[in-house]
Amino acid sequence: MSGVRVLVGTHKGAFTLTSDGKRKDWKVDGPFFGGWEVYHMKGSPVDPNRLYASQNTSWFGQIIQRSDDGGKTWFQPGTKPGEPTKTAEGMPVTESNKFQYDTSPKTGKPLTTHQWYDGTQHPWEFKRVWHLEPSLNDPNTIYAGVEDAAMFRTTDGGQSWHELAGLRGHGTGPQWTPGAGGLGLHTILLDRKNTKRMFIAISSAGAFRTDDAGSTWKPINQGLRSEYIPDPKAEIGHCVHRIALHPSKPDTLFMQKHWDVMRTDDAGESWHEISGNLPSDFGFVVDVHAHEPNTVYVIPIKSDSEHFPPEGKLRVYRSKSGGNEWEPLTKGLPQKDCFVNILRDAMSVDSLDKCGIYFGTTGGQVYVSPDGGDNWNAIVNNLPAVLSVEVQTLQ
Amino acid sequence: MIRVVLPYHLQNLAHTGSEVEVELDVPATLASLIDALEARYPTLRGTVRDYGTNQRRPFLRFFVCGEDWSLEPLSIPLPDKITKGDEPFLIIGAIAGG
Repeated sequence: MSGVRVLVGTHKGAFTLTSDGKRKDWKVDGPFFGGWEVYHMKGSPVDPNRLYASQNTSWFGQIIQRSDDGGKTWFQPGTKPGEPTKTAEGMPVTESNKFQYDTSPKTGKPLTTHQWYDGTQHPWEFKRVWHLEPSLNDPNTIYAGVEDAAMFRTTDGGQSWHELAGLRGHGTGPQWTPGAGGLGLHTILLDRKNTKRMFIAISSAGAFRTDDAGSTWKPINQGLRSEYIPDPKAEIGHCVHRIALHPSKPDTLFMQKHWDVMRTDDAGESWHEISGNLPSDFGFVVDVHAHEPNTVYVIPIKSDSEHFPPEGKLRVYRSKSGGNEWEPLTKGLPQKDCFVNILRDAMSVDSLDKCGIYFGTTGGQVYVSPDGGDNWNAIVNNLPAVLSVEVQTLQ
Repeated sequence: MIRVVLPYHLQNLAHTGSEVEVELDVPATLASLIDALEARYPTLRGTVRDYGTNQRRPFLRFFVCGEDWSLEPLSIPLPDKITKGDEPFLIIGAIAGG
């Protein structure tokens, strides 16, 4: 029987929410890693029991967790319970938490600084993993987007990580500047049709694309306009909050920028605005219906200064025309006195026949619509602030 | 045998109680103590010292016999009371709300 498993990362731990295909009755498990920030969890598309989680605090740093049984048990890769955790010489057998920037003369160039808020150069400092993106065909290969912005990859199930230094090193890296939330690489999109192509987005540097599996990268920000930077049409410096694509149409990307909802139909070579009749085109999330490549979802937020829904009404907006014409979806969502935020990695869709839409809030609610957005229910109401939501469709 | 008191979250990561013991050759230093701690509990690698800088993580503090040793160089020798196990070496997380 088909079902879904929702992976929820929060400010104080992780949770899994499971249900059958009706998505009406839910089982809540957790917290896992209680007291730690869990920026993201995601499962492998080829092995749904293989999950990865990014666990972090400012006190103790970054921990990568892995589950091989669908989230029942977790371990740091290389230290599986029952297996030796160190060599005969007493050295650790794994370096699963080690994210070190490539500064070698050959590939790192070296890349030692980026632009700080005040325009001065600042050392690159690893802080946390924002996003984990498992490979489409290998459960042991995962890409990690980190702060300060860089992309790492493991090919051994998370035991060791190595930077794809061509991203920071393509030329504009020293000009990247952090946004208010840090200099984070938060979105990684893999192209099912062209396995050497990937898209990533960084706040606040913009969107980038590789066509050679991560060796070389180029900015893809033409058409973006950001009034809050010195040159509104600059090649980089745009605060891209999130990008999304439908697997069947990977040249079409949708973007929620700091302000403006944008679309490209040529893999990022040029963007045009599709904000249309939205009550605010500021927001964080954007996602695409699992079966309708032209059906897009966003959740408008009042402004960059006031991170809550306009008028205190929590509304998901859906466009069935690929943008510009948007309809509010409100049935089951609070329509007064609602002042939560929905963070950039906190929306996801399942791929059941009737596509389910999910999002989590900073107020600790996780909402589901089992019918593409027409009707909504809260799965849980009182979790810690939700940082990320991912959904696995289980057959 | 040196006694080390860990903060709550590191106890959970290492699957220990609040106090652990590590063996160490003399002269023992702050650095060799953390080396031994990480060798015995590999899951703590990177949690006490930053991987990149190899320095104490800024929100952690070290206490030795009632004194704050957080700013001491990692090469400093540990006193006899610590190396003989009379007093525990304390790793403490900075207190913060939220």
